[in-house]
Amino acid sequence: MSVLAELLKREVRLLCRRPGELLNPLVFFAIVVALFPLALGAQPQLLQAVAPGLVWVAALLAVLLSLEGLFRSDFEDGSLEQMVLSPQPLALLMLAKVLVHWLFSGLALVLLAPLLGVMLGLPLVCLPVLLASLLLGTPVLSLLGAIGAALTVGLKRGGLLLALLVLPLYIPVLILGSGALQAALQGLPSGGYLLWLASLAALALALAPLAIAAGLRISVAE
Amino acid sequence: MSWTWFHKWGSPKWFYALAGRLQPWLALAAALLLAVGVVWGLAFAPPDYQQGNSFRIIYIHVPAAMLAQSCYVLMALAGVVSLVWKMKVADIAIHCAAPVGASMTALALLTGAIWGKPTWGAWWVWDARLTSMLILLFLYAGVIALGNAIGNRDSAGKACAVLSIVGVVNIPIIKYSVQWWSTLHQGATFSLTEKPAMPAEMWLPLLFTVLGFYCLFGAVLLARMRLALLQREARSGWAQAAVRQALGGGLAP
Repeated sequence: MSVLAELLKREVRLLCRRPGELLNPLVFFAIVVALFPLALGAQPQLLQAVAPGLVWVAALLAVLLSLEGLFRSDFEDGSLEQMVLSPQPLALLMLAKVLVHWLFSGLALVLLAPLLGVMLGLPLVCLPVLLASLLLGTPVLSLLGAIGAALTVGLKRGGLLLALLVLPLYIPVLILGSGALQAALQGLPSGGYLLWLASLAALALALAPLAIAAGLRISVAE
Repeated sequence: MSWTWFHKWGSPKWFYALAGRLQPWLALAAALLLAVGVVWGLAFAPPDYQQGNSFRIIYIHVPAAMLAQSCYVLMALAGVVSLVWKMKVADIAIHCAAPVGASMTALALLTGAIWGKPTWGAWWVWDARLTSMLILLFLYAGVIALGNAIGNRDSAGKACAVLSIVGVVNIPIIKYSVQWWSTLHQGATFSLTEKPAMPAEMWLPLLFTVLGFYCLFGAVLLARMRLALLQREARSGWAQAAVRQALGGGLAP
């Protein structure tokens, strides 16, 4: 338990010392959302209709981008090897690491999303659903992406490969998340989608750390 | 219970010999089954009362689609074997099966598009089945790309094993979410699921081509795996002996 606490403290400290890494995905998120009105035209009805999908695609890409460096610095300075060799279960350590990363980058994304939603013309009643769907969906994105990041950490140009590996796995989250928002926009109940997202989150929390640990063992052994 | 029969599979030499014995029979069976099935299906089966002759593409389309899905499951099973028992042969099976599975997926999508144009009036519709096949193609692409990107063969095999297991856990989730999405977005879609009951003259050739495709897949996979085994074991005595024998034994050691 004390190891876990120490690891959490270390991760928080590391993230606070490199605020750029936290800020960049947020700026990316905002820019991607801003590109679409420029490309599609500024008609409010059109923007409102595409807003659910747009916010979700942008959030998904931002999470993906933020994950590329998740294990890189630990891999380069050798602390990842120490974690693999430590007697504590690697899956648990990695779960803690991913959760800290999500608390800083994913949660910031969730908090920024309502602002962008309002800019796209989403009615205020939809914002709680937007918040809830992102709150349940982004941890799944982080955990699934961490599997890809673990498999590609030792590679020179892992970024594009990470996207190739992980984006197909993101599709259910995208469908459910934007579906919830779409339902809310049309005045339909969105509880079913949110429950599905919650069950995906539970599944990912339980299984993804094992795959992350297996991936890291392979990458570190190379 | 004795496990020797299982541990034999870990020996590349034993597998190479076994694959060499099986491969010609599989190839022969594939040639016979495909010849019978294709000729029967394309020339003699009665035309469909609604679609006329254009339905005949199912004799290629359905086997390719079935094989595309089974191939991914096979890769995931090989992945479990590779991670649990550390068998090299399983790593090689994933590496060799992925391109075959990807081409089968592409074939299924292509024949589907060719069939869709006269029947639905469009090359592509965002139907649940089409979309999940497209995603399957992306999953195959991921495995192939990961295998090519990692230089060390052993870690590449293990990484692909992890990825195909993760993929196979996700496939049902993707399938159901895509089905949900498509019913939500476009109401009644064209569906292949509610086929009229086919008469025997129509489904028997299909059975032949399906079995033929599976035998062909087995033969192609074994041929690819034998080649990969020779490449990977190039330094061992048995592989050099096998290459010499294949070249006619005329070369000096």
